[in-house]
Formats: sequence, C-alpha cells, structure tokens
Amino acid sequence: MILASVLTTNLAILVLAGFIGFVVISKVPNTLHTPLMSGTNAIHGIVLLGGLLVVGFAGNDTFNKIILVIAIAFGTINVVGGFLVTDRMLEMFKSKPAKKDGED
Amino acid sequence: MSLAAHPVLGSFLQNRNFLDVLYIIAFSLFIQGLRGLSGPTTAVRGNRIAAVGMAIAVIATLLNPLEGNWGLIVLGVALGTAVGVPAARQVKMTAMPQMVALFNGVGGGAVFLISWSEFRLTNGYAFTPTYVAIFSLFAAIVGSVSFWGSNIAFGKLQEIIPGRPISFGAGQQIVNLVLLILAVAAGIDIAAGSHSEAIFIGLLVCAALLGNAVVLPIGGADMPVVISLLNAFTGLSAAATGIALDNTALIVAGMIVGASGTILTNLMATAMNRSIPAIVAGGFGGGGAVEGAEGAGEHGGTVRSTSAADAAIQLAYASRVVIVPGYGMAVAQAQHAVRELTKELESRGVEVSYAIHPVAGRMPGHMNVLLAEADVPYDQLKEMDDANPEFQRTDVSLVIGANDVTNPAAKNNAASPIYGMPILEVADSHSVIVIKRSMNPGFAGIENELYFDPKTAMLFGDAKSAVAEITAELSHI
Repeated sequence: MILASVLTTNLAILVLAGFIGFVVISKVPNTLHTPLMSGTNAIHGIVLLGGLLVVGFAGNDTFNKIILVIAIAFGTINVVGGFLVTDRMLEMFKSKPAKKDGED
Repeated sequence: MSLAAHPVLGSFLQNRNFLDVLYIIAFSLFIQGLRGLSGPTTAVRGNRIAAVGMAIAVIATLLNPLEGNWGLIVLGVALGTAVGVPAARQVKMTAMPQMVALFNGVGGGAVFLISWSEFRLTNGYAFTPTYVAIFSLFAAIVGSVSFWGSNIAFGKLQEIIPGRPISFGAGQQIVNLVLLILAVAAGIDIAAGSHSEAIFIGLLVCAALLGNAVVLPIGGADMPVVISLLNAFTGLSAAATGIALDNTALIVAGMIVGASGTILTNLMATAMNRSIPAIVAGGFGGGGAVEGAEGAGEHGGTVRSTSAADAAIQLAYASRVVIVPGYGMAVAQAQHAVRELTKELESRGVEVSYAIHPVAGRMPGHMNVLLAEADVPYDQLKEMDDANPEFQRTDVSLVIGANDVTNPAAKNNAASPIYGMPILEVADSHSVIVIKRSMNPGFAGIENELYFDPKTAMLFGDAKSAVAEITAELSHI
C-alpha cells in the first residue's frame, strides 16, 4: 500500500507539472522559440540526477560502471552545453531593447 | 563532502526532507526561469535562473546519503564538461539547430543507459514493484528513440546524411509499426518477470532502429518540428525515469519539458500547415520534388536574372523595402552584410523592415537570433501576420536565401505538397529581388513559382557577397 501511495503522489506531481508546463510556456513569443527549445532542452538534462543516484549502487559490475559514467557524461553535456548555448543566443537579444540597466 | 561528514550538520544536510526542500526550490526556479524566457529583456535572466535551479538539484542529489562512487561521478562530469563546454562556446549561430538536436540526443542517451543500469542492478526488476519496471522500460524505449532520432536529425542538418527523405517505400509504416510492437512486446515480457537481459537489449535495439526509421524518411524542411518533438520525448522519458527512481525533481522538470515541447511542436506544425502524424509519416521532400518538376514545366522556365548594380539602383530609388531572410542568409553568415545594406539604404531615406516567417531558416526564431546578432533593431523585425498586409505598398522585396516560405504555390496550387502553408506574400509587392545560389529547389525540394513571376529578378550568388556587392554599388549611386 505504501508503494501504491508513492506512485499516486508521483503521478499527481506528473500531471500538475504537465499543466504548469502548458501554462508557463504558451506565453512565449515566436521570436524566442529557438532559445526556448534550447532552454527546455537544457532542463531535461536533469536526467543527470538519475545517473548520479544510480551510480551510488553500481557495486562491482564493471559494465554497469561504464554505462553510468557515459550516462553522467551525456547528462552533463546536456546540462552544461544546453544552458551555455541558450545563454549565447539570448545575449544577442539583450543588447538592443534593454538599456543595459540589468533590472526591469 | 566535508560538510556532510560533520556529525550534526551532516545528518541535517542528508535529511530526506531537507533534500526534498532543495528539489522544490530547484523546480520552482525552473518554472520561474521558463517564465523569464517569455520576453527578450527577461530571457537571459530566466535562463540563468533555470541554471541555478539545476545547480541546486545536482548539489541536493550529491548530498544524498546513498551517494557513492565519487571517482566515477567526477570522471563522468569531467568528460561531459570537456565535451559540452567547448561545443557550446564554439558552435556557430547557423549551426544552432543541429547543436540543439545533439544536446537533446545525449539527454535521451543518458535516459536509456540509466534504465539499462537499473535493469542490471535489480536483476531485471526482480525486487521492485511492477510500476517501476513499466516506467523504467518506457524511459528506455523513448530515450533510445530520442537518442537515435536526434542523431539522424543532427546528421541531416549537418549534411552528413542527405537532407532528402530516405525511405523504405510503401512498407515504411509497416516497418515502423513492427519495430514499435516488438519494442513494446519486449517491454511487456520483462515487466511480466522474464528478467532476461537479452530481451532488454533486444528492446533497446528495436527502439534504436525505430528512431532511425522514423527520422530518416523525414525531409529536411520538417526537421525543426522533429527536433521539437524529440525534445518533448526526452522530457517525457526523463519524467518516467523520475517515477521509476522516485525523484520529484526529475518528474517535474521532465514533464514541464514534455509539455512545452508538445506546445512548440504544435505551433511549428501549425505554422507549416502540417499535422504531426503527417510529418512522422514522412516523405515530404520526396513528393515535392516530383511536384516541382511539373511546376517548372508549366512556367516554361523563364527566369530573369539581374546584376548587383541593377539591384542597387532598384533599391536606392525605392521608398519602402522589405527584406525576407531565409536559411541562405544563415549559411552564408550574411546577417552583418545585410545590416550594412540596411544602414546604407536608411541613410538614403529608404524605409527598411524585415519580414520573418515563423519557420524561416530551420528553426522558429532562427532568423531573429541571427539578425539580433548583427544588431538589427528589434522593432524592424515584423512577424508574418504583421508583414503580409504591408507587401502591397512595398516597392522592393529583397528575398535573401528564403525559398519555400515565399512560394505562392502554397496559396494557388492545391496539388502542391505545401498547399495551405501560410507564406510571406512577397508576390504582392511591386517588385521582387531574389538572392539565391542557384536554381536548385529549396530544402523541401519544391520548385518556387515566384522565381518565374515577371516582376521577379534573380541575383545569383552567395548571399553574403551578393549583399556586399549591392552595398558597394549603392555607394556609387
């Protein structure tokens, strides 16, 4: 029963997160779609956490260690690369309309 | 680590509730960050807020008392950083779509590798509830499809693999369906308790073949939609991994990406008047090439070509010029040259604006990014719905490497594969100059009847040098 309630709680979180995703993102203007795609792409790099969690249990299975190192490396590329690339794209938008005051 | 080793502080830091609070802070920052991405002035900050959220989520995970194998963690993170940072720093703005495809792909790769590892650690889900197996297997299938599909998308955009559809012909749909059924059947077998790693590997292979088989037949013009779809897939697979591992940060972040990717995919498909099932069914460009050949016959192939000097005169004496950029501008890195031309024309009192089709280039917003890089003022960029009514009072439309998004066939020719796609109605303006490398059809492989219009003049050449020549000629006038 306890396991079932963990599942239902997580499913509730899943559904609510889906709705939040729809609401937050449907406001983004066309011109920012490429950076948005790149930004959300960086966020699903959260799978890195999965690699970090599972590697704690890797034990003595060498093959498992290898695939987990690759998974962590992939997750890191996704996160670090994703955020950096998005930042580079967005920096180009910033200089024009913003008056360099940093606040708005 | 030293803090975590502290007897009092350590037990507090490693308390499950405290770690959950950190996760809640992390995904609140993701949501806040995505909200920031809704405007050009807040977007940079939004992205950084999301990055801070990610850092917090990673730290919280490393504080987990069950964490171990630090050497492997350091190795993996170091490898990832060594590859990811230079790639992100050095990629050219024109190559951005393929970079996103690649980063998306590695995310999917991480997902299926984690599932594989879970399978091995639990002896084939021998001591986990069935739902853990189901979500983990779902993640394995979707992650693998996303990994291979993204790699093919990367290959097509990077032109390692031909952009034209590669298809198994009429049997394509059946092949895809059989691969999907095999992957799902393997999943059901494992979830039902077979514990067989051979079957798990079979599942990964079927999903990998499916990822290849689905993306290979899709023409280059549909690639942005495909990348967006695969982005949503990776998000969903991350959320499924989150349920299998009971990790809220993964569930929330993955699902938000799944939802946003779905919206983006829909927006893009709508802009192209394509349905997502039709895109996945593939073969867009293939059909178009046949159609285009017939179209060229009808028009008799009378194309008027012009010189940079003539184009300069035409532009100099116009009162209103609209520039229509496309992928050709991006490939030639012509955005700075275009900005120079605009400045020169403006100094002569010509009113210049840019008409941006939502899917010009190979990703939505691609043109905006490039023009912003060249310091084109934001308010000169007009979106399609604002730009179209203005063409009728435009003296010269200067089309720079844009093709399908200006093709009147989308309005006039019900037999055309792009029929019904909203276009920039360039043909309404008084005259049109098209800068293009050759008469080769565009990415969708369809002949453009705009080029055969009597008021259209073609200036053949590389976008950057052609624009620079026009600017040079202008200074002689």
